[in-house]
Amino acid sequence: MSDVNQPAAHPPVTDWVHDFDHTDPQWTENPFPIWDELRAASPVVHTQRFLGCYLPTTYEAVREIANDTEHFSSRRIIVRDVRPEITSKNAAPPITSDPPVHKPAKQLLLPPFTPDAMKKLEPRVRAICNELIDDFIAEKSVDAAARYTKHIPVRAIAHMLGIPESDSELFINWIHMILELGITDESKLLQAVQEMSAYFSGHIEARKNKPTDDLISYLMNARDKDGNPLEDTHVLGSLRLLLIAGIDTTWSAIGSSLWHLAKTPADRERLIAEPGLIPTAVEELLRAYSPVTMAREVVKETTISGCPVKPGNMVLLSFPAANRDPKMFPDADKVVIDRRENRHAAFGLGIHRCVGSNLARMEMQVALEEWLKRIPDFRLDPAGTVTWSQGTVRGPRQLPFLLGKAM
Amino acid sequence: MAERLKVHVDPDKCQGHARCNALAPELFELDEYGNAHETGDGSVPPGLEDKAWLAKSNCPEIAIDVIEE
Repeated sequence: MSDVNQPAAHPPVTDWVHDFDHTDPQWTENPFPIWDELRAASPVVHTQRFLGCYLPTTYEAVREIANDTEHFSSRRIIVRDVRPEITSKNAAPPITSDPPVHKPAKQLLLPPFTPDAMKKLEPRVRAICNELIDDFIAEKSVDAAARYTKHIPVRAIAHMLGIPESDSELFINWIHMILELGITDESKLLQAVQEMSAYFSGHIEARKNKPTDDLISYLMNARDKDGNPLEDTHVLGSLRLLLIAGIDTTWSAIGSSLWHLAKTPADRERLIAEPGLIPTAVEELLRAYSPVTMAREVVKETTISGCPVKPGNMVLLSFPAANRDPKMFPDADKVVIDRRENRHAAFGLGIHRCVGSNLARMEMQVALEEWLKRIPDFRLDPAGTVTWSQGTVRGPRQLPFLLGKAM
Repeated sequence: MAERLKVHVDPDKCQGHARCNALAPELFELDEYGNAHETGDGSVPPGLEDKAWLAKSNCPEIAIDVIEE
């Protein structure tokens, strides 16, 4: 690869309002005060980094952009140092689609992810959680990210797709290359996309002779609006999307939730005493620690919350920052596990609402229920360090806990 | 005397977050795509008024109307 593709070091940020950078270590470690500072400055801020990028800082500005597909395109959905060429090979419909192509592509994916469909998957997810817990429950300390939260979503989506759960490490590595290393090193991104496509092509070929009862066969049998089978590139793109979107995100959400409960005994004790409150708590944890930041590309000049935005720039669509807007959420900086009104945007707003939101919610509820049932007492290990992922998806990647009652 | 309530989901705004169905399954059903519709004509049986307001205040797309008749 040419030098152009070598990762460039980003200078540390000293002026967040005019030079923000979501890959800066300060943002990765603790983004909340940064968002407060930016929101106080303007509903939309801009940086010259990433070849030009805006950041809406309020819930309202995020909602406006998410609902405006005329001025904001989803053809690029990750803010990077480079703008890779848009081809059918790296498209992942429907997340990278705009109207009118978006709706039929999205509708194909919706039926397998309804709440009813998730109820059928729930027993397998519960079993996965317990298998993982069995493996470390006798130990005094555990890295819950490496031994628990990381494995639940990848195994669940593998189960749905009909690919071996034992290939999990492979998937996790591709996702790391795409979502983290790929921000600054395009060669890693392309390599991962190529490897994933080759992997899934094999599974598609195998099913051409021997159809199976899984999501890959479902997509291969699906018909577009004209009644024709989907092209292999469309099936591949959707499979890549499901794997990428289904893993890092929920891994992060479950991890942040356990991190919160580890350091908040009152919330932990309440959820153990009132397990019926877990679904409400999951919504609040999704709001307070939303893992996913999406992006758009400005394709037509417009104004957002009174601020001009110009084509050629990307937009970092921070649902996590929107969810911390005190104008929308009273006590936005506090986790209120029985919050009654919660219009959080963790799964996005508008036509690109996360197709896997019902899956993610089910996984979070089950993962917390099973953990709290079997490990009611746990806390952060003062000898360890919690580390957070950088970039598009934020969640704990090291989560050292001590298990059992504190002495 | 309590007022009678009716709920209505705007199908153009609903994006299938399914919060209403989770919070008030008696009042909202989901279609094969997971998009929500009010059950029947949307009339809220006595005792479920609180759930109707709860569903409205948790819809991220502001797609739910609660109409007081």
